[in-house]
Amino acid sequence: MATAAEDKNKKDVVISVRGLKNSFGDQVVHEDLDLDVYRGEIIGVVGGSGTGKSVLMRSIIGLQTPDAGDITVFGESTIDREETEAVDIRKRWGILFQGGALFSTLTVAENVEVPIKEFYPELDPVLLDEIASYKVVMTGLPADAGPKFPAELSGGMKKRAGLARALALDPELLFLDEPTAGLDPIGAAAFDELTKSLQRTMGLTVFLITHDLDSLYAICDRVAVLADKKVIAVGTIDELIALDHPWIEEYFKGPRGRAAIATQETQEAMSAEAPQRTGAE
Amino acid sequence: MSDAAAFSDDGTAGTLRFSGCLSLAKLGDLPDRLAAYDGQVQRLDLSGIERIDTIGAWTIHRFAQKTGADVEGLTTDGQHLFDQVVAADQPVSIRSERVPAFQRVLGEIGHATIQAGNTFVGLLGFLGATTIALGAIIRHRRFRFNATVQRFEVVGVSALGIIGLMSFLIGIVIAQQGAVQLRQFGAEIYTINLVGRLSLRELGVLMTAIMVAGRSGSAFAAQIGTMKLTEEIDAMRTIGVSPMEALVVPRILATTMLMPLLGFYSALIAIIGGGLLCWISLGIPPVTYIQQIREVVPISDVYVGLIKAPVFGAIIGMAGCFQGMQVEADAEQVGLRTTAAVVQGIFLVIVIDAFFAVFFSSIGWL
Repeated sequence: MATAAEDKNKKDVVISVRGLKNSFGDQVVHEDLDLDVYRGEIIGVVGGSGTGKSVLMRSIIGLQTPDAGDITVFGESTIDREETEAVDIRKRWGILFQGGALFSTLTVAENVEVPIKEFYPELDPVLLDEIASYKVVMTGLPADAGPKFPAELSGGMKKRAGLARALALDPELLFLDEPTAGLDPIGAAAFDELTKSLQRTMGLTVFLITHDLDSLYAICDRVAVLADKKVIAVGTIDELIALDHPWIEEYFKGPRGRAAIATQETQEAMSAEAPQRTGAE
Repeated sequence: MSDAAAFSDDGTAGTLRFSGCLSLAKLGDLPDRLAAYDGQVQRLDLSGIERIDTIGAWTIHRFAQKTGADVEGLTTDGQHLFDQVVAADQPVSIRSERVPAFQRVLGEIGHATIQAGNTFVGLLGFLGATTIALGAIIRHRRFRFNATVQRFEVVGVSALGIIGLMSFLIGIVIAQQGAVQLRQFGAEIYTINLVGRLSLRELGVLMTAIMVAGRSGSAFAAQIGTMKLTEEIDAMRTIGVSPMEALVVPRILATTMLMPLLGFYSALIAIIGGGLLCWISLGIPPVTYIQQIREVVPISDVYVGLIKAPVFGAIIGMAGCFQGMQVEADAEQVGLRTTAAVVQGIFLVIVIDAFFAVFFSSIGWL
């Protein structure tokens, strides 16, 4: 299914990064980095610690001004935009930061309401409360989490609440920064399942930064590998392994990678409708 | 690209046909119009829509629930989304419940009282813990010399500039105000008494304490609080390093030992500032000024200042470290605790200062 959609929308580029350069002082993080993300896909971004995965995300969403390069999202440049500009783009994306980044003085449900109130102030308050309610439940939080403050939540619940806020506006593009880090395997699998199901139902494009090999195998249509200051390869996991790059080999074929493959194969054997990834491109 | 959401009924058959984009951006006043619709409805036909998102689905679901109508005509993906939204229909409260104002005020008073009591007990406990830590340090001879000296620099040496400037200006202000008032009696010469005695006995130490509370007490609370948040303190405990010995004792020692020095320094600079004003505005030459100071300021004033200073220092250091150690859960607390450290420090210093005033006058150091 994902394959067919991808082929059809091959040219429909949502995020385009060209010649990106980022540096902090003398330390160059990115140089000449190119990346395209297509509509409707879940792209996983992997790379060793310190290869600038989060910096790449921050550059794309305009929180970090790059030294050089072009970045367009939905066909519009995001570089050097003020917070108040590019409102149209901001309505169309949702971002989940690593720690959830919930507003600490607001309850979970009020956190979800913030973006809706900001962009659609004329919305009926009753409808607004209803929307916040079902978003909270939809992201797998218990119903009594609504009036709680972020400080009262566990790490996993914070992530779900952050996701609920990221999804508040029903965005087309979702950025997830290590969503499953720090979650237990059951919670992480549930989160993966949630992401996949939201992507399927809402036609989301997902930009997923992760270290979680299970997530990569379970939900990503394509994987971009960050190394040597650039994206060294993009493709399905099978294609990446076929590339014969030592780091990629190590990453996917290491003990953890093998375990993830084994899990995946069992799951595919169990469910007949598991998406076929082998023929993606 | 796409049209606003709309619906039309076909008169009597009881079917509402929807068209356009059922998404947040295109929803417009559809919810209001649906709420105002009062015809009989059996079926909601969604086959004509271009796109549906969860908010559109929710609006339809609400309406279907209200009228008891069936929803049909959705694509497979659309139906999946709709089902998910329906499955998420559970009552969730948005905010915690509102309590009547009278009850809330009572609750807040009770809460504040309990908190004040807890803080007092906690502070006493902290004093005990610090004493035990000091005892352990002396018994086991594992004094952290480097950490303490480093605190000395931060608390003392780097504060010299700002405390000097502050004291100099305060000296000038005392002298100027004193001169204006005393001139009415032709007693300008007593300005010198005023500056000398007030600086050494009260203001030098008190103003220094306020400055140290603002500079170092707050810093202690913020540093220790942040370390608590990042679990550094827990890590220290597991390694066997006592945070009381490694973090708290050096800081409290630093404020306790440096307050007398800073207070005395502050008083001297204030006297210099006052002297400058006396010279310029009253025409009292520096030599006369210094001679007069030596005559009118009893040595007991110096003792009073020097005895109070370490006590103030200990209070400020203890309030800062205590509040830092109280930080839990989130970053917001660091800010609250830092504020509390400064407020508590200054408040306690002034309370103790009042006790000292009574004490010294009753032992005859007037």
